[in-house]
Amino acid sequence: MTFWNKISNAFHRIPLWLAGVTVGVLLLAIGIWGEQLEDIYRKAVMICLECIGIG
Amino acid sequence: MKRLRQKNIRLLVQVIYTIVTNGYVYGYLTGKIYKGKLKYTCVPGLNCYSCPGAVGSCPLGALQSALNGKGFKVPFAALGFLFIFGSIFGRFVCGWLCPFGLLQDLLHKIPVFRKRKQLPFHKVLKYGKYLVLFGLVFVGSAFLFTGYVKVPAFCKFLCPSGTFMGAIPLLGANEGLRSQIGGLFYWKLGVLLCLVLLSVKIYRPFCQYLCPLGAFYGWFNRFSLVQIQWNREGCTSCMACKRACPVNLSPEQISVSAECIKCGQCVEVCPEKCLKIRKNILKKR
Repeated sequence: MTFWNKISNAFHRIPLWLAGVTVGVLLLAIGIWGEQLEDIYRKAVMICLECIGIG
Repeated sequence: MKRLRQKNIRLLVQVIYTIVTNGYVYGYLTGKIYKGKLKYTCVPGLNCYSCPGAVGSCPLGALQSALNGKGFKVPFAALGFLFIFGSIFGRFVCGWLCPFGLLQDLLHKIPVFRKRKQLPFHKVLKYGKYLVLFGLVFVGSAFLFTGYVKVPAFCKFLCPSGTFMGAIPLLGANEGLRSQIGGLFYWKLGVLLCLVLLSVKIYRPFCQYLCPLGAFYGWFNRFSLVQIQWNREGCTSCMACKRACPVNLSPEQISVSAECIKCGQCVEVCPEKCLKIRKNILKKR
């Protein structure tokens, strides 16, 4: 078995849900690095006028 | 007796989850919203962050607020939350952890009208939620302007959770906001009332036809950690599961279909015990 086959087999043994969680954690990490959590917080602590239909 | 107990477990989980994630009582009394650090994170279900009791952020609201920024910004953090919740739960979130799903479930229990599982033209209408996801959440929020400001199109024009959980309690307690009510509010109230009335007759019309969060989580249903597993060998094709399924899925579609909300009613009724809610930790691709 070649090196690449071994890598490929190992990759295919990862359940897809775990791959999805990993992608999610990576996206979240990029978001945190880009200070997007601050944006989420800033929006979430003000009354969203559009959400309640008067914006 | 066992059936009753299992049904009640889901209702109990829904109620407890809704109370925990909307438990800021002071907000309901004063018409102000929670400003603590928990709002840095998103909750899995459709839960308006302008609900006075909400202690977390709505993932769709977070997604749209990132798209509403100046220029074009990829909403990494919000997508991260959605990928994590989707990969672990899939649409189990809709069945067990969504406050607006709970409201529709309760409305459907009201014993008036002859109940129906789906609307006519269901096979076409079910794609409405994907249209809402792309049209209002992604494209609408990134490109729709009112004046010079981008708008969170789904929250502004459609989201009934915002009206029910945000607008009604806030406007009830906050006189300053009440004086600003206009046409948009009445439009959103009309949408909510239509869905409330429909929910009494049809099972979860918003989840089945309009919810963009359900559309997103539906893509993860096939491989999410939480699964309803079907033992094909033991199945006698009695279709008791299909009759009990609130969204009318056959055993081969249960859990795999993007429409399955993993409510577990099929698990309850299967006489051969061929269906089980499981974590597919060991299931490979």
